[in-house]
Amino acid sequence: MSSGPRAPAPPARRTVSIREKYVPFLISFASVAVVIALVARLVTQAEHWPRIKLQFFNLDAIVAAFPTVLRGFGINMSVWAIALVAIAIWALVLAIFRSLSGPLLAPLKVFAILYIDLVRGIPSLLLVLLFGFGIPALQIPGLPRSSLFWGSVAMVLGYSAYAAEVYRSGMEAVHDGQRAAAKALGLSQWQTLRHAIVPQAVRNVLPALLNLAVALQKDVALLSVIGVRDAVREAQIYTARTFNYSSLIAAAFLFLIATIPMARLTDYVAKKDQERRLQRTV
Amino acid sequence: MTRIRIDNLTKYYGDTLVLDAVDLAVGEHEVVCLIGASGSGKSTLLRCVNKLVPFDHGTIELDGVSIDDERFRNSNELYKRIGIVFQAYNLFPHLNVLQNITLAPRKVHGTPRQESEERAHELLTLFGMEQFAKSYPEQLSGGQQQRVAIVRALANNPDVLMLDEVTAALDPELIGGVLKIIRELKEQGMTMIIVTHEMGFARDVADRVCFLEGGRILEEGPPSQLFAHPENPRTRQFLQRIIEAGRL
Repeated sequence: MSSGPRAPAPPARRTVSIREKYVPFLISFASVAVVIALVARLVTQAEHWPRIKLQFFNLDAIVAAFPTVLRGFGINMSVWAIALVAIAIWALVLAIFRSLSGPLLAPLKVFAILYIDLVRGIPSLLLVLLFGFGIPALQIPGLPRSSLFWGSVAMVLGYSAYAAEVYRSGMEAVHDGQRAAAKALGLSQWQTLRHAIVPQAVRNVLPALLNLAVALQKDVALLSVIGVRDAVREAQIYTARTFNYSSLIAAAFLFLIATIPMARLTDYVAKKDQERRLQRTV
Repeated sequence: MTRIRIDNLTKYYGDTLVLDAVDLAVGEHEVVCLIGASGSGKSTLLRCVNKLVPFDHGTIELDGVSIDDERFRNSNELYKRIGIVFQAYNLFPHLNVLQNITLAPRKVHGTPRQESEERAHELLTLFGMEQFAKSYPEQLSGGQQQRVAIVRALANNPDVLMLDEVTAALDPELIGGVLKIIRELKEQGMTMIIVTHEMGFARDVADRVCFLEGGRILEEGPPSQLFAHPENPRTRQFLQRIIEAGRL
């Protein structure tokens, strides 16, 4: 090795000058700022702007409405958090039912297929109305009478149908070799699902499930139509009293604070998932 | 003593005949290699033996008991006694090496965790892979994954080990480590049915070689005879092609 000619030194690493590094960033920053400034100027110069500002962006009204809207928003987020857990579990049960094979288990499979087809075909709003108004109206002793409870149940039942299909796609994406290996090791159908298929499926579909979670975060506002005093309902009450819509803007603002971080988290998880898949194929 | 006896095994995929009245007996401690072109029915034959796929006619017996017998139908005994390793390893990617190996002993055969982990460590040490116990499959090379898959199949203490083209997906420099393990298993007296394209290896390790074509065993015999003096013209043709491809 030492007798051979010396290898030429590797070319020096290309250095990026400060100008090359920062100029593109500065240009994009400047152009965005200019566009925003132009739009803002156009809007505020508009003939109706003072009225829009008074009706929608009235700081006094926002401050006045905020405490009750925030309390309502607390209900939105509690319903969301509890529904999320319930959906994750119930949807997985449905997806497992749907994946079962064997004549004895056929009723469960048929139930899951019918459930998913029916529930997915009905608007969420309709489900919320049916459960939230309908069941309390039956006045069956022993059953909860709260429309908050039944509205939440409707959200869980509705979203589970979608989440079950997401789980199912994840289970079907697990390679057949995994099932063969599990069977050859003696695992039963249930053990194969429990130890081999479902853990991989959940990992596969986590980004898609998070997307559903973001959608649910906003859809819990549907409960306002059955009289639940959530953020939207409280904002409407304020609007009805004062004829000012700024309370709705306050509610919108609260939803944005909750959904934007969730959306970023979903992006992040999806990116990690992508990297993991790439790594495996190398 | 005959471990596995296959009689008149016939199997269709749809209208395609993949196994055509195959007879094969494998004795205790015997190593049988199945060779033949892709699609000749070798892998399907293995998959019939441990009921991964159903077959249409014939019988398969393990120690004189049909694999369709009550005894095997209602228990995991068949899977405990016949292990199989696949071409694509099929390790569980979400479990580490130790968990992959101990899953079946713990969950299927009810071995306590500590005992099954001790056995796994023992096997890993035996095959020089103890350092990978906590690694996940994606952190290992193909050859290492395949060795783990073999250990996983051995963790149940099977009487018979079936290997389905276990080196076919590996880079040439990784094949050696896997073949070494199989040689060690032969020395320990493991009964094996091996589907392989590695003719040199088959010649080296097999007690008997079977050449399959069109779902039938066209010729069988000790490797010295089958490789040096094949009688069937089809066998000769197959071996000729292998030699031309530089694989023998």
